[in-house]
Amino acid sequence: MVVAAACALPGVFLVLRKMSMMSDAISHAILPGIVIGFFATGDLGSPILIAGAALTGVLTVALVEMISSTRLIKEDAAIGIVFPALFSIGVILIARYAGDVHLDVDAVLLGELAFAPFDRFIVAGHDIGPRSLYLMSGVLVVNVLFIVIFFKELKVATFDAGLAAALGLMPALLHYLLMALVSVTAVGAFDAVGSILVVALMVGPPSAAYLLTDRLSVMLALSAVIGAVSAVLGYWFAHLLDASIGGAMATMVGVAFFFTWLLAPEKGYVARQRRRRRQRWTFATKMLTVHLLSHEGLPEAAEECREDHLTDHLRWEPAFASQAVRVALAGGLVSRRGPLLELTDAGRKHASRAVVEI
Amino acid sequence: MNHAVEVRDLTVAYRERPVLWDIDLNVPEGVLMAIVGPNGAGKTTLIKAVLGLVKPAAGEILIYGRSFESQQRRVGYVPQRGSVDWDFPTNVLDVVTMGLYGRLGWFRRPGRNERASALQALEKVGMADFADRQISQLSGGQQQRVFLARALVQDADVYFMDEPFQGVDATTERAIIALLRELRSAGKTVVVVHHDLQTVPEYFDEVLLLNVRRLASGQVDEVFTEENLRKTYGGRVGFVGALAGTAGSAGTVGAAGRAGPKGPGGLSGLTTKGTGPG
Repeated sequence: MVVAAACALPGVFLVLRKMSMMSDAISHAILPGIVIGFFATGDLGSPILIAGAALTGVLTVALVEMISSTRLIKEDAAIGIVFPALFSIGVILIARYAGDVHLDVDAVLLGELAFAPFDRFIVAGHDIGPRSLYLMSGVLVVNVLFIVIFFKELKVATFDAGLAAALGLMPALLHYLLMALVSVTAVGAFDAVGSILVVALMVGPPSAAYLLTDRLSVMLALSAVIGAVSAVLGYWFAHLLDASIGGAMATMVGVAFFFTWLLAPEKGYVARQRRRRRQRWTFATKMLTVHLLSHEGLPEAAEECREDHLTDHLRWEPAFASQAVRVALAGGLVSRRGPLLELTDAGRKHASRAVVEI
Repeated sequence: MNHAVEVRDLTVAYRERPVLWDIDLNVPEGVLMAIVGPNGAGKTTLIKAVLGLVKPAAGEILIYGRSFESQQRRVGYVPQRGSVDWDFPTNVLDVVTMGLYGRLGWFRRPGRNERASALQALEKVGMADFADRQISQLSGGQQQRVFLARALVQDADVYFMDEPFQGVDATTERAIIALLRELRSAGKTVVVVHHDLQTVPEYFDEVLLLNVRRLASGQVDEVFTEENLRKTYGGRVGFVGALAGTAGSAGTVGAAGRAGPKGPGGLSGLTTKGTGPG
């Protein structure tokens, strides 16, 4: 839960900067940093590991930017070149020198959250809880602080880096700080959910939140909440099925995004379809009233304003025509007189407004 | 006369390819200046170099006689409308408030005063009713006005605007030019990347004709001539004769008998189209 919230916050800025795939790259490419840090300290919980990972993360971003700035290949291809290279260095290092320790490839890919509680944090002989909980809480606090303190700067640098630079707000520095933060978060989350699922937690909740709000601050809060809720649901889901916890969490993030996409009040699929249907009928009644208006009171009205005439002259399908008439009648825009349709006052206004709009 | 902007021997290159080649330019204080030139002429790059957004290979840029860094607060910037993501989750007022972030400095947050001056700027560009509007719901002209409002709150002395007239309707264009004139009468200097040659004599006092090198610069009625335009645009300007009526200098006049710059029809070719990296 803490992991998910911690991932979602910097994830928001990645999504808004159209750098979602960078989270994939960073979460993989930090592996050699972790491995080398591990060799240096012999301790998986050492802060050196985090520093090493943060450095490799920033290095990844720098390499990607260097390669894409040559303009020989595009940024997505540059990402595809850099992170597998770094990741495979990490994998080779593990396979070659660390075959007998707790770092193995499965754990790297998928994490092992189930065992995290057994890795206790012992201070002065007292067991004060799972170590990774402390680590991730620390990361979460750092993320929250960073975003709260630099909220304004991050916002302008993300929306309009040119302006931020012209205002002297150093967007490049902020960019690398953010990337370092993403790396640190990824290391923390790595232990819990592995390097693939980190991506799900960094990109999924912010994307869902993006569909739900038009405000950056709300988007940040929502994505943390969505991430946390998915994590809890995923945990129980995994418990029920006796499956991988990390996998279940990522699945839940996917499910959460799917429902948001479907049901979001403004940008969701259902809402868009409904709006489109409404617009279609609004437009149909407009056409109908304009048609009636232009023939109103003229000799041909007896012919033009008949309901069955609509299918001939407007080339409407009969079902569509009768539905349009029903909508217009219900809206009080037209009234029936025998076979003829007549505009009401409201209908006349409606039509003349429609004409003016054009 | 004091110069708002002085550019000396400015060269900008992407690797070994020069984008701007030894540019010298003086922008007098209190004028509206247009930068014109074909696509890829380096117009945007020139602005970005002045603002320190691209690093020059050589040369010096002075704002009111001093370096840009020391004069940052006196410079306002309106980037191309298309340079940002208008789906970003924020509203109009918030975007305008961003113009004040520089003055606020690090860590401090915008408060009521900032809100008030942002609203005032929106009022000036006729967008006050849109303050709470989501930016993705704006038309092109409205987006442009939001950007202008954001530059206005900066309360700068010299403004750089990258194609503010690009893709806006006639109403917005009139609103923008009225605003530029207001800025000028308040003693501000405005440098505008412009694409519509036809309106240069009407809108601007000074003009820079740019195509990697500086072809000419100075007062519009002296340097905005057929000859100079031909030099700037190469052989591609078959229509410059039409400018005869407006370019005041003698001896550079081409085909006579055409209408003035605002004459109906026949002049549509005067607008160069497209944006390009500039």
